[in-house]
Amino acid sequence: MIIFDRVFKRYPNGCDALRDVSLHIKPGEMVFLTGRSGAGKSSILKLITLLERPTRGSVVVNGQNTASLSARAIPSFRRNLGVVFQDHQLLMDRPVYDNIALSLIVADVPYREIDRRVRAALDQVGLLGRERVLPSELSIGEQQRVGIARAVVGKPSLLVADEPTGNLDHALAQDVMRLFKRFQDVGVAVVIASHDESLIEEFAQRAIHIETGAVVA
Amino acid sequence: MSSPITWLARHLQALLSALGRLLRAPLGTLLTVLVIAIALILPTGLWVIVANARAATNDLTEVVTLTVFLNSDESLQSAKNLELKARTLEKVGKVNLISADEGLKEFREYSGLGTVLDIMKENPLPHVLVIQPNAQNTDHSSLELLRVALTAWPEVDTVQFDSQWARRLEAILNLLQQLFFAVAALLALGVLAIIGNTVRLEIMARRTEIEVTKLVGGSNAFVRRPFLYLGLLYGLMGSLLALALGAVILVALEAPIGELGALYGSTFRLSGLNPEEALRLVLIGGGLGILGAWVGAARHLAKIEPRQ
Repeated sequence: MIIFDRVFKRYPNGCDALRDVSLHIKPGEMVFLTGRSGAGKSSILKLITLLERPTRGSVVVNGQNTASLSARAIPSFRRNLGVVFQDHQLLMDRPVYDNIALSLIVADVPYREIDRRVRAALDQVGLLGRERVLPSELSIGEQQRVGIARAVVGKPSLLVADEPTGNLDHALAQDVMRLFKRFQDVGVAVVIASHDESLIEEFAQRAIHIETGAVVA
Repeated sequence: MSSPITWLARHLQALLSALGRLLRAPLGTLLTVLVIAIALILPTGLWVIVANARAATNDLTEVVTLTVFLNSDESLQSAKNLELKARTLEKVGKVNLISADEGLKEFREYSGLGTVLDIMKENPLPHVLVIQPNAQNTDHSSLELLRVALTAWPEVDTVQFDSQWARRLEAILNLLQQLFFAVAALLALGVLAIIGNTVRLEIMARRTEIEVTKLVGGSNAFVRRPFLYLGLLYGLMGSLLALALGAVILVALEAPIGELGALYGSTFRLSGLNPEEALRLVLIGGGLGILGAWVGAARHLAKIEPRQ
């Protein structure tokens, strides 16, 4: 599913974000990337989602070596991933329905199918009936659920989340984590970058600990 | 690969989305469309002037005539024979014989020298053929060929026509036509710049949306599509407004031009673009809109990549 083989990442400002990182995440596995801010968790996610390319080493996602993917192939590569952000990255001037449907519209899914799948995704995250509401009218926890619904509506085999509970209180964070667990239960691989140690212990999944750009555990 | 219906639905959605954005900012849209319309109407106006001048000078058959003065000793019968002979020439449209007597009568009427002419024992004027070339032979070279042919007739003394006037007019029209192409090219660049810049601003305003769209797998073509429709709509609306403004200007000029024509004894009326030319202007406007949007979008969309 995801293979990092001796990956180095240096940014243009000279910062070495990753140093000789090797890791392997299997299909259907739920993995936490842990570590302090700036440790390199987000850099790993950026390499998985092809927002960045490695300086050295190889990154293979869904059987595709990202180094060999052309710029034209990136959109279809990203359609097979679901991405959730700490700040949700929702379009605040569009209703919930449009935010979620966007993932399917870009994939040229027929409208009738879009309607069915958006409602199904909203049902999964407990927001069915809120289709026409603007994200600004929702609570932070609900906005995060919309972000998750958008990430899973395309039925990806891999779900990537960067600090998805960073802005949530513990109860809401648990709710969101349970949602991720449910997706893992149906065979979706889930990679979550988080520094919330208590939550990680609570869900008892494999954790990869990153420190100053290297895997330490 | 999407089905044709899905493909069509996506394009319709992009078109409606672009239209919605224009309608949500009516004042900004109107100002941009007005600038595009003005940029389009200037070369169009020049084109209309050239086309009307050409149409007016197509009446050169009415204006350009060759005056053939026969030898003074030619008889009226000989002049009538020459009139018939001239009619058979390929380049000739109409021939009018003015006999020496008719010429003298006209001269007496219009010159005010009647008493002086009474003193003269003989009519000094020759018979004259006034020849109008046919519509296909009003250009300078054809007129010159006709003049040479008529001069070669032994019964003919001299042949006159106002060649300088015709040549100057032709040169002015050619110059105006060249000017039209130069102005049209410059203003087309202007329209491209206006639309390109408008699309650039729109892209900047929708940066977050573009980033999110790319992050969930939107291709550059998908992201670019609504901006191309935006350019198309600006171009189409600009050209339609240019047509409307042109029609208003024509109506306003109709009366003064009619009066001016009447002073010259002409029934000339200024005419605007015909339906084919109007359609061409709309298509050019739309094409410039798409091209301007493409240039603006291609350059700026490539710089926007999602952040995490």
